[in-house]
Amino acid sequence: MKKNEKKFFVLSLAAAALFCLPVQARAMHIMEGYLSITHCLAWGGLCIPFVALGLISIRKIVEDKPKALLVLAMCGAYAFVLSALKIPSVTGSSSHATGTGLGALLFGPAVMAVIGMVVLLFQALLLAHGGLTTLGANTFSMAIAGPFVSYGIYKLCQKLKVKRKVAIFLAASLGDLATYCVTSLQLGFGHPAQVGGVGASVAKFLGIFAVTQIPLAIIEGILTVIVVIGLETYAKPELKEIGYFA
Amino acid sequence: MSKNTKLVLVLLLLVAVIIIFPLLTIRNSEFGGADGAAEEAIGEIDPDYQPWQDNLIAPPGGETESLLFCLQAALGSGVLAYGFGYLVARKKYQKTGNEQ
Repeated sequence: MKKNEKKFFVLSLAAAALFCLPVQARAMHIMEGYLSITHCLAWGGLCIPFVALGLISIRKIVEDKPKALLVLAMCGAYAFVLSALKIPSVTGSSSHATGTGLGALLFGPAVMAVIGMVVLLFQALLLAHGGLTTLGANTFSMAIAGPFVSYGIYKLCQKLKVKRKVAIFLAASLGDLATYCVTSLQLGFGHPAQVGGVGASVAKFLGIFAVTQIPLAIIEGILTVIVVIGLETYAKPELKEIGYFA
Repeated sequence: MSKNTKLVLVLLLLVAVIIIFPLLTIRNSEFGGADGAAEEAIGEIDPDYQPWQDNLIAPPGGETESLLFCLQAALGSGVLAYGFGYLVARKKYQKTGNEQ
């Protein structure tokens, strides 16, 4: 990191704290309707350092590995496509994949915080899907939690010497599932049940989101393996440059 | 066919099966969005809850919404296809260059 980038990052941490503190202070007496605003700000605040890190790592890619930019654009496009496709699932409802695992395991998870946020912004502004006030919460689940889980599982699989294709499948599908588990947690915290509190609510939302998502997570895992096979075949120089074969 | 080509074809088939299976087995559903189901669940948990903010711009109807979703998918697949087209052609012509 450059010197002013370090300053930039510390500032982003301070900004995160600023948004998150009021929640702790009011955790016991949250008024109706007010709850959502503080939660929105808190989740949004939590995203700031990750997005800052993401901007820094994109700057690094642009400067040090300009060759890999095409692959980065393709990772963003992949997330764009997958999150536009609502796929029917075994629960009788539809949901969509996230497409953030691919970029996370090629470029590191922070990059996807920025790319995922752009996707969510597009959907919130033009499609009334998600929203500007919930942009922070959605960014945290889809563009931060999912990619970080994907990245962690990929690295773990590498340590355990799991075959690469299996590792990619597990990383992408579990990252996808993690996104919707976090969404369920966020909704559970935001809307605790009168009987059973946060736990009962979380269980209810998990029943809606996580179960619907299981087949879609498997699809995302498979599609990510397919794209990586394509990249391994045709984009070897780029993948070498970003240290994929290391 | 190379080993990878076969694997890709089998995997694509598997994806199609996973998508089609619920459509064939679940008859009495419109496959609405899971976010809609979550909205209902919030209504049950918290009947007095009023959303405090509406979307600034919302598509007037289903047709416009599907247009915008198509646009999103088209933009994404356009960039993906451009990338793969470039990479595939580069590999192909690099090879012929070496042979000469």
